[in-house]
Amino acid sequence: MMYNPQYEAMPREQLRQLQLERLQKTVRRVYDNVPFYRKKLQEKGIEPGDVKTLDDLKLLPFTVKQDLRDNYPFGLFAEPMSEVVRVHASSGTTGKPTVVGYTQNDINTWSELIARCVAMAGGSKGDVVQVAYGYGLFTGGLGLHYGAERLGATVIPISGGNTKRQLMLMEDFGTTILCCTPSYALFLAEEAGDFGVDLVNGKLKAGIFGAEPWSEKMRDELEKSLGIKAYNIYGLSEIMGPGVSMECECQCGMHVMEDYFIPEVIDPQTGETLPYGSKGEIVFTTITKEAFPLLRYRTRDISVLTEEKCECGRTFVRMDRVMGRTDDMLIIRGVNVFPSQIESVLLNFGETEPHYLLVVDRQGTLDTLEVLVEVSEKMFSDEVRKLEELEKKLGHEIASILGISARIKLVEPRTIPRSEGKAKRVIDKREL
Amino acid sequence: MKVQQISVFLENKSGRLAELTDVLGKAGINIRALSIADTSDFGILRLIVNKPEDAFRILKEDGFSVSITDVIAVEVQDEPGGLAKVLGILQSAGINIEYLYAFLEKSSNDALVVFRVEQIDEAVDLLAKHNVNVVKGSDVYKL
Repeated sequence: MMYNPQYEAMPREQLRQLQLERLQKTVRRVYDNVPFYRKKLQEKGIEPGDVKTLDDLKLLPFTVKQDLRDNYPFGLFAEPMSEVVRVHASSGTTGKPTVVGYTQNDINTWSELIARCVAMAGGSKGDVVQVAYGYGLFTGGLGLHYGAERLGATVIPISGGNTKRQLMLMEDFGTTILCCTPSYALFLAEEAGDFGVDLVNGKLKAGIFGAEPWSEKMRDELEKSLGIKAYNIYGLSEIMGPGVSMECECQCGMHVMEDYFIPEVIDPQTGETLPYGSKGEIVFTTITKEAFPLLRYRTRDISVLTEEKCECGRTFVRMDRVMGRTDDMLIIRGVNVFPSQIESVLLNFGETEPHYLLVVDRQGTLDTLEVLVEVSEKMFSDEVRKLEELEKKLGHEIASILGISARIKLVEPRTIPRSEGKAKRVIDKREL
Repeated sequence: MKVQQISVFLENKSGRLAELTDVLGKAGINIRALSIADTSDFGILRLIVNKPEDAFRILKEDGFSVSITDVIAVEVQDEPGGLAKVLGILQSAGINIEYLYAFLEKSSNDALVVFRVEQIDEAVDLLAKHNVNVVKGSDVYKL
């Protein structure tokens, strides 16, 4: 079911015209309202009027995550704070989070996007949508929440965790659509048996899963063990949050909501734009956002875009599952983790040259993070008690910076492998 | 009166203790007493050796996390209640024992026990006052 066929199935020529008009407006807005962009555009010798075709997008400067950090917290906002009705934030690599803002119109847009997404998963008025993404600064919970309400569905804003209650309400309230990370959905499926909840023959019919990478193998498992159709949703807070792209009933790639975002694929090394069908880094330009518009934002996510027509009738280009990253970011239990965050904690402990290794694994269905830390002379104590205190403190600090718990393991010096002088920081043993 | 004890961080994985003792053996370091305090992940090996400074340097060069800790070696009567008597003296003065372990060899007819306490000087004086013999470091290394 299409929530908004006028846009979702708009002929591509017409869509391009709409995109161009919206792009032109956006460039004008950021030029007028965001000093950072005015300077960047001027440096490239670009005036807003220079954007005459969609191809001129190539002329515009990229935006990277560091730009967001450099302008913390509100420096890139294109509206005065009095117009901003909400902020979200994701944990930063060095302590300060990345902040994004929304006007009321932005929130309305986001709701529209999610309403489309829930409809893509077969949802409509009358459905019961259990939102088990985290509510709070993370965009997952509230994003799905407002969109499902917009659609007219009944929302259960249960947020993440508390598996027993999740299952109880799922059964008692007759949940039809579950929204959470795919790994948590698998965990719920496993636990259901223990609590005597029959999900396969229950009312649950679809899952909207995202915020972490998953695979076709996991899709099969999820569909079988939950008795549902499992859909992939994509998004990032910088661009909007969840709902930037989403799979339709054909489950053959995620339709990018092109009336709101222009996607590109680039060569991450050269920055050169690549044609549809090429694998590269995905870049988005927001073309309607008021509070926090971004030009050519480099997501660091690697994927492929295709313009081939989809059987569902939607004309939006489709994006493959994210195949990797161009940086060292990990997604653990749906939370973005950068190895440098661990480094910052160790530096705070007075380590001048910390040696550490993140070991990510999946036990059953849940991700585990173990941080191996080499015991330097400075850390070492002759007493077990003090070393255990050190482990506890490190664990606490790391958990508060990352937002997920980690098991700390002290290891002997020089036991973490170094390659070409640079330490390997991550071992990811997960098989998706 | 203090004895220099070598403490080494060891991960709980097979072969580590063998490697360490091999390094010391090849360097002609003789182990006089040892104990291991362990958790599920790691252990701390504590050693009394004949040449503590050499041992420290060699282990450090070999990449171990190693430190030198001052301890005392106390002669304890090798009979029922012997250790209890010494512990009682320390306890009455409020001296807290972090850990202790025994020597295999004896300096005399008495057993020799290594004590790690925070207030070392106080403990040495106190034990002397109670006629408990605290053995000098140089003598311990020669055992």
